[in-house]
Amino acid sequence: MTLSTTADLRNNVPDLSYKRGLWRNVFNRLMTSLAALFAAIATLPLVAVLAYVLIKGGGMLNLRLFTARSTGLEGGGIGNAIIGTVIVTLLSALIAIPVGVGGGIFLAEYSRGGAFARFIRFGTNVMAGVPSIIAGVFVYIVIVQTRIIFGNSHSAIAGGIALSILMLPTVIKTTDEGLKLVPDDLRRAALGVGASRFVTILRITLPSAFTPIATGVVLSIARAAGETAPLIFTALFSPFWPNGIDSVFEPIATLSVLIYNFATSPYPYQNELAWAASFVLVLFILIINLFARWLGRFAAG
Amino acid sequence: MDRYVSLVGPNRMVRPLELYRLRRRPPTEKTVDAGFRVLAVVLASVVAVLLLAILIVVFWGSLQSMGRYGWSFLVTSNWNPVKDEYGAFTAIYGTLVTSLLALLIAVPLGVGTAIFITENIIPLKIRSLIGLMVELLAAIPSVVLGLWAIFVMEPFIKPFLEFLHTTLGWLPLFSTNPMGPGIAPAVLILVVMILPIITAISRDSLNQVPLKLRQAAYGVGTTRWGAIFNVMLPAAISGIAGGVMLALGRAMGETMAVTMIIGNSNTFSWSLLAPGNTISAMLANQFGEADGSQVSSLMYAAFVLMILTLAVNVLAQWLVKRLSLKY
Amino acid sequence: MTSISTPSTEVSRDICLSIQNTTISYGSYEAVRNVYCDIPRGKVTAFIGPSGCGKSTVLRALNRMNDLIEGCTLKGRVLFDGADLYAPSVDPVEVRRRIGMVFQQPNPFPKSIYENIAFGARINGYTGDMDELVERSLRQAAVWEECKDKLNESGYSLSGGQQQRLCIARTIAIQPEVILMDEPCSALDPISTLKIEETMHELKKSFTIVIVTHNMQQAVRVSDMTAFFNAEAVDGGSGKVGYLVEFNETEMIFNSPSQQATQDYVSGRFG
Repeated sequence: MTLSTTADLRNNVPDLSYKRGLWRNVFNRLMTSLAALFAAIATLPLVAVLAYVLIKGGGMLNLRLFTARSTGLEGGGIGNAIIGTVIVTLLSALIAIPVGVGGGIFLAEYSRGGAFARFIRFGTNVMAGVPSIIAGVFVYIVIVQTRIIFGNSHSAIAGGIALSILMLPTVIKTTDEGLKLVPDDLRRAALGVGASRFVTILRITLPSAFTPIATGVVLSIARAAGETAPLIFTALFSPFWPNGIDSVFEPIATLSVLIYNFATSPYPYQNELAWAASFVLVLFILIINLFARWLGRFAAG
Repeated sequence: MDRYVSLVGPNRMVRPLELYRLRRRPPTEKTVDAGFRVLAVVLASVVAVLLLAILIVVFWGSLQSMGRYGWSFLVTSNWNPVKDEYGAFTAIYGTLVTSLLALLIAVPLGVGTAIFITENIIPLKIRSLIGLMVELLAAIPSVVLGLWAIFVMEPFIKPFLEFLHTTLGWLPLFSTNPMGPGIAPAVLILVVMILPIITAISRDSLNQVPLKLRQAAYGVGTTRWGAIFNVMLPAAISGIAGGVMLALGRAMGETMAVTMIIGNSNTFSWSLLAPGNTISAMLANQFGEADGSQVSSLMYAAFVLMILTLAVNVLAQWLVKRLSLKY
Repeated sequence: MTSISTPSTEVSRDICLSIQNTTISYGSYEAVRNVYCDIPRGKVTAFIGPSGCGKSTVLRALNRMNDLIEGCTLKGRVLFDGADLYAPSVDPVEVRRRIGMVFQQPNPFPKSIYENIAFGARINGYTGDMDELVERSLRQAAVWEECKDKLNESGYSLSGGQQQRLCIARTIAIQPEVILMDEPCSALDPISTLKIEETMHELKKSFTIVIVTHNMQQAVRVSDMTAFFNAEAVDGGSGKVGYLVEFNETEMIFNSPSQQATQDYVSGRFG
């Protein structure tokens, strides 16, 4: 190879045109089509699932569905399961949010990356990978079987605790990461005017990180609302309406367990109720999800 | 007093100290401050304590069965509550084979999708929409996917599975007649469930590759896919590998959709078209009504599942650290 | 605003790149407007001007690097040896193989030093002795002494200045006709800068070079021709649009510019 001093030896205009037959171009077109195909396949399940839930579930909608309880008999509805899902999800949020936010505050504000903090972060990541059914098994043995909560076995609160175990790692992580986004200058400014650490966190850092934390927490609530495995032997199921405050200590119906029970049942009416419950649950979860996304974007912009 | 009197001249300002009541911190404030710190430490410890408690409880519960069957529990496949004999091979095999096969299908799909939505092949708006759809798919509850799998997907794929059986039936993997629920439909529903994880993490990893590396590749005259294979994917590999391992962990622990479609059979078969079981499906089905030594055997199986998912998750974290390229 | 160079559709043989009435926009925002500029072959041409005047944008347009930026569009023509770089039939990959680029931030591949050179050469179909090419390219970029004992180590084991010379070597190795340099020294210390300037004096014997620089002394030291870009507020708009003020021999630009704005800039009155 010689280094041509200048290109003035060339007389012709260079050929820069795209050559279809060139191997690299054939390969590129092939790969691009393949990636497009994969992307199409990846979006297909959502479309298919949503379409069926909308058609099969939406077609079932009527007022009685919401006013009747989940007897599973002709004329039965899903009203009590809707309330049950709200109760169990709220109970889990009441447990997981304070504990998780507190843990996240420790990691982001106090730990300074020591060995203990590394251990907690590692534990949080591992915990996030614990299968949901294991959380159910654990709560069954520790709480349901022992009747540790005022002598009650299966109960809404046991279900709430099981769900909170699954929410906890997400809440810790979002709090930790949200607080890390707050610039250190802000903390120094607060500490610099003589605020205590507690006041700095409560009045300055936490409010600044509110949106990312809220987004993550809302998403984790949406995820918990759809969980089934931890509930099937903790909250169990019930064909009755929740009965005031006592319902916290009694077995309770939830949409997700209702879907599981009725989907696998041989009675067509119960199958249909499962579709209707799916419609309500999916709608609920998608709305929360889109709300959380909007919240996140609202903060970013 | 003089110490707080500032400057001299026209800016001279006298601050009457008595207005600053809190110049000296009251003991309550110190207590609150210290108390909050302790509270934060305690709350942070909860997650670690819980994790250990789960491990201990599950291990404790499985001791009886471990003592009785030892390692043979893992390799024998008779699960007979009537005769009180337990071996979890069918479920362990089912867990591994469903999750690994699902991974095999979902990795190319997910990484391909991630590439498609991070490259400027089509307008940004459509790409964002695809990304959003894949993320929303992750939000669909497992139990709803299970319902869909039973009533929509399984009837839909049955002809294909029958075709597999008639043409490739001589292979042990397709040796049985598909009869509805089975390992193959469970694999497909797992693909649907882990696809969003792989896609989202791969997309984030690809997006994090600095623009300057992409420019470097194009600058020496690579084609789009030359840049993807030689620069983008190698630079993003640690994140992608971590995401794949997380997805594997999720697939192994996934319960509801699999329980609803796998057939819950404890009879072992090599065939992917036959009904099977996974550890989590077995737990979901039997744990609520089990008693005696069945509980302990289920706990033993749960312990195996814990160890498998823990190993995969720890490996995922290690991979992310180990493989990250310096750039 | 005026530009000195006369618009020509007829491209003379000693014109390498001809920018003709080119306007580049990011989405609806015009970055640089109506540029005419004929870049001579075998010379070093410098683009100077204040921040935001579009000089880097114009440089990236010369090898279609702007294609990587979402929403970036170009109106007008850019001719390379008479071929329109933006004709619909053109393959940008072919363009970049003939017109190489060195970027503002040193950006070696996360591969070994050897592979950094060999990668580009290989995909360009180089069939000669790879070891020899690696050595020659590194020598030409004046970084061989620092690299020769650690060819298998990562490109990132080098210092910033060495990394940038590695990137120059990588570009030389694919034997382009033109090398574009986008503020190649802005991230470097003075000693590294000096070394790269020395390298450029060597390189201009073999390549046509276009360099964007913030540093006027650098333009004086290395370039034969200089184009001065400026930015002005758009009527009614909030942003600024860049344009070419003056293009001439470097000596003329710095000693007797024809435009007041150029005079002000080179004498340090703004920018």
